[in-house]
Amino acid sequence: MGMIGMQTLEKDPSLNSAVDDRVVSEDLKEKADPVTTKTADQWGSYLEAIKSTHDVAAFEALFGHFAPRIKSFLLKSGADANLAEECAQEVMVTVWNKAHLFDPTRASAATWIFTIARNKKIDALRKSSRPEPDELPWGPDHQPDQADVIALQQETDRLGRALSELPEKQRKLVERAYFGDLSHRELADETGLPLGTIKSRIRLALEKLRHAMS
Amino acid sequence: MTPQPIIHHIDDALLMAYSAGTLPEAFSLAIATHISMCDECRATLESFDAVGGQVMEDQSPVTMHDDAFAKTMAMVGKQSIQRPKPANDIPSVLVGYIGGSLDDVEWRALGGGIKQKIILAGRDATARLLYIPAGQSAPDHGHSGMELTLVLRGAFKDESGHYRAGDIEITDDSVEHTPVADEGEDCICLAVTEAPIRFTSIFYRALQPFFKI
Repeated sequence: MGMIGMQTLEKDPSLNSAVDDRVVSEDLKEKADPVTTKTADQWGSYLEAIKSTHDVAAFEALFGHFAPRIKSFLLKSGADANLAEECAQEVMVTVWNKAHLFDPTRASAATWIFTIARNKKIDALRKSSRPEPDELPWGPDHQPDQADVIALQQETDRLGRALSELPEKQRKLVERAYFGDLSHRELADETGLPLGTIKSRIRLALEKLRHAMS
Repeated sequence: MTPQPIIHHIDDALLMAYSAGTLPEAFSLAIATHISMCDECRATLESFDAVGGQVMEDQSPVTMHDDAFAKTMAMVGKQSIQRPKPANDIPSVLVGYIGGSLDDVEWRALGGGIKQKIILAGRDATARLLYIPAGQSAPDHGHSGMELTLVLRGAFKDESGHYRAGDIEITDDSVEHTPVADEGEDCICLAVTEAPIRFTSIFYRALQPFFKI
């Protein structure tokens, strides 16, 4: 059972070697559900483990995967090496501290961690704060419905595939928008941006939100 | 949050820029306030956040320092986590900038019953509350750059349509618009401009240096 949960981990070459079957806690293994592990977000289940049992091994696995990518993202957004290293650590601190706010029916782990990294970037690079929309009334405390978790993950996978299949030029434009290389005016004028591809996912996201609110 | 459906939304390019975190704070404030009132734009934003997550995920990893994980573990539990502010008649995100509810605003009269209150004067954009008495029109103005006008209370009409609470109007410098508040209720808007507004009426233009409008 525990091995099922580890399959996606083994595919990732950047992972810290300390994370293997020995150090991932029993609690995490029990979470692995044979029906959902093929589609459900593994990193999301690690966040759940941090939230429920302060699972340090799960956190180390997340750190091994995400911290080097956050650092890379921040470097491309204009941070120098020291700032990127420092900010990546601080983002991971927030990931640990706010794990209880993670809602797997609303965001994948990568999406959620991105929003934390993005806010850190605004804070550290632009010396500005980011007004955030109010939380939805039902808050993060509701019990996530596994069907919603899986649906969200499938949508995220589809979006990921759609982005990876974009022509190189369009994909670069999307990246530049997120690195902050395009102003909002350039973004609005940029006809090459594949907003249609992204929009195709939105109908589902909206239905999900309506379903959750009813 | 609002009983009636929202008709006027934020366009995709602005939502993507907000997701990427590249907008001036004043613009982000108007967008965050609208999203607090609009589930459709919230769903779109979450999709753009997912794009951001994918972009970050696709970056080739850059090695962290050897002691990075130990340092991180030493810091966990020590960041303060902000609690959401209590609900109000307007989204909480805006309450923080106003310092209270819409009824507590210390307005500054602009003449003709029109009032304003600057709540955020950033380097590249300014956010202000605009008060238009029922049935009155706000000064006809053009402006350089983009302007967002989000209705918080009441409603107004202009050349491009009818805007009610929660609706947001996005205009650029090619547009001169004259918002007229609906009869029956005074209208309060959150207006964000990229650069100082230039009023076309000579009267208001003369006032401009004094009122920072």
